[in-house]
Amino acid sequence: MDKKLKNILMHPTAKGMLLLTPALVALFVFFVIPIFRMFHLSLFDPHFTLKYYIAFFQRPVYIRVMWITVKISLIVTAVCLLVGYPFALILSRAGEKLSKVFLVCIVLSMCISLLVRNFSWIIILQRSGIVDSFLMKVGITHRHVKLLHNLFSVVVGMAEILLPYMILPIFSVLKSIDPNLPKAAQTMGARPVQAFWWVTFPLSLPGVYAGFLLVFIMSLGYFITPALLGGAKEMMISNMIAFQVQTVLNWHFAASLSMILLVATLVFYTIFNKVVGLEKLEDLGV
Amino acid sequence: MEAEAKKLHVIEIVFGIMVSIYLIAPIFVLVPMSFGPARFFSFPPPEFSVEQYVKFFHSGPWWRAIRISFEVAVLASFFATVLGILTSLAMRYKIPAKGFLNAMFISPMIVPLIITAVALYSFLSKFHLVDTVPGLVLAHTILTLPFVIITVSATLKGLDPSLEQAAATLGASPLKVFFKVTLPLIKRGAITGAVFAYMISFDETVVAIFLSSSHAITLPKKMWDSIRFSIEPILPALSTILILFAILMLVLLEVLSKTRK
Repeated sequence: MDKKLKNILMHPTAKGMLLLTPALVALFVFFVIPIFRMFHLSLFDPHFTLKYYIAFFQRPVYIRVMWITVKISLIVTAVCLLVGYPFALILSRAGEKLSKVFLVCIVLSMCISLLVRNFSWIIILQRSGIVDSFLMKVGITHRHVKLLHNLFSVVVGMAEILLPYMILPIFSVLKSIDPNLPKAAQTMGARPVQAFWWVTFPLSLPGVYAGFLLVFIMSLGYFITPALLGGAKEMMISNMIAFQVQTVLNWHFAASLSMILLVATLVFYTIFNKVVGLEKLEDLGV
Repeated sequence: MEAEAKKLHVIEIVFGIMVSIYLIAPIFVLVPMSFGPARFFSFPPPEFSVEQYVKFFHSGPWWRAIRISFEVAVLASFFATVLGILTSLAMRYKIPAKGFLNAMFISPMIVPLIITAVALYSFLSKFHLVDTVPGLVLAHTILTLPFVIITVSATLKGLDPSLEQAAATLGASPLKVFFKVTLPLIKRGAITGAVFAYMISFDETVVAIFLSSSHAITLPKKMWDSIRFSIEPILPALSTILILFAILMLVLLEVLSKTRK
C-alpha cells in the first residue's frame, strides 16, 4: 500500500498536480469564486432575471457610458500609436547611448507610482497651473483655459501611462527586422520613404497589432485616470461600476456592468491571442 | 554621439527627447515643487523651503499608511513568490489542460482591476476581511501571482534539466534537489519576480480603494483620498520620495538583469 502510494506520487503528472494545488486553490477561492458570485448577482434577484442587462441597453445614460468608454479608449490608442510608432522607430535606429537614455525614460516612467503621475497632471493642467499661466503669460490667450476635468486631460494622462505598452512591442519587432532589407530596397532604387512604407512598415505590423490591442484593452477597464482627471462627462464603465457599488449601492447592476466589461475584455484578449499570441505578453513585463 | 547625429535627423532627436520628457514629466514638475512652501502650490516655487518634508516626516497618519503598505507588499510578494515558484515548477510536468491552466493563472493580470476589486470586496466582506491587512494581502497575492509566474517560468526555460536529474541519480531526495540545485539556479528569476510583486502591491490603488476604508489604509488609498478630497501640501514631497524609490527599484532591476547574463 505504502509503496503503491509512493509510486503514484512519483508519477510526473501527479507531481505536477501536487505542485500546482496551492496556487490553484488560492486562485479558485479568492479569484474565481468571487467573480462567479458577481456573475450570479447579475442574473439573480433572488430569482433568475435579465432586467439588469436589459436596463443597460435601454437607458440612454448607460449607452452613453459605453460610448464614452469606447471613444476614450480609441482616442487614447490612436494617440499612443501616433506618438509611439515614430518614437519606437527612432529608438530602434538611435545610437547606443541615445537609445539607452530613451529606454531608461520609458522604464522609469513605468516604475513611478500611478497616483504620483496622475497628480502631476493635475498640477500641470489645473486653472492657473503651469500650462494655463504659461499660455496667459505668452499672450496666446487672455482668459483662463479649461484644461483639467475634460476629455483632453483624461487623454493626456492615460496616454502618458499607456504609451510604453505601445512603444515596447513595436520596438521589439522593429529591432528584429533585418536592417539589410530596407537597405536592399534602397539599392534597388527605392527612396528612403518608399523603403520604409513598402518594407519596414509591413514587417513591423505584428508589433503594431500587439501594441494597439494591448493599449485598447487596458483603456477599456481604466479607472484611476478618468476618476481623477476627468469630469462628469468622462465617466467610463469602470467608474460607473464603482459609482453603483459605493454610492447607489446597486450591486446587481454593478455586477451586470462588470460582466459586460469582462466579456468585452475577454473578447479582445481572444483576438490578441489569435493575432499576436498570449505568450507575447510575457516579453513585456521583463 | 557623432554616429548618432549622422543616422538620425535633428527633428527625430528632438521628437524623441520631447516624448521622453512627456513620459517622465512628473519628475520635472513635482521634484522642484516639493522644495516650495507647504501652504500653496505654485510653479516654479517662489522660495526654497523644506517645509513640506518637515511636515511629512511629522505626520503620523502618513507614516501609518506607509507602514501598512510595506507590510502588505512584503507579505503579498512573499506568498506570491512561493506560490509562483511552485506553479512554474509544476508547469514543467505533463499536466492535463495545461493551456487552460496557464491562461487561468495569467487571468488576474487580464481581468480589469475594478472587477477584481468589486468582486473581492463583496466576497471578503462575508468573512470580515475588508479593511484588514490579511484581506489586502490575499488580494495582492492573487494580483501579483501572474508576474512571478511569468518571470520564474522564463528562468526555468533556460534551465538544463540534466542538472536536477544528475542530483537525483546521485541519491538526493526531491526536497534536497529543489533546495540545493533548482532554487539556486532560478534564484534571480525568483528575486526579480518578488521585486515586481512588491512594486505592484505597494502601488496598487484600485483594489485598495475598495478593500481599505478606515483601519487598514494603504499609502495609495491615502493618496487617493488626499488627491480627491483635499490636496494636502505635502503631496509633492511624498511624490518626490516615491520617485526616488522608483529610481532605486529601476537600478535594482538593472543589477538583477545584468547578473543574470
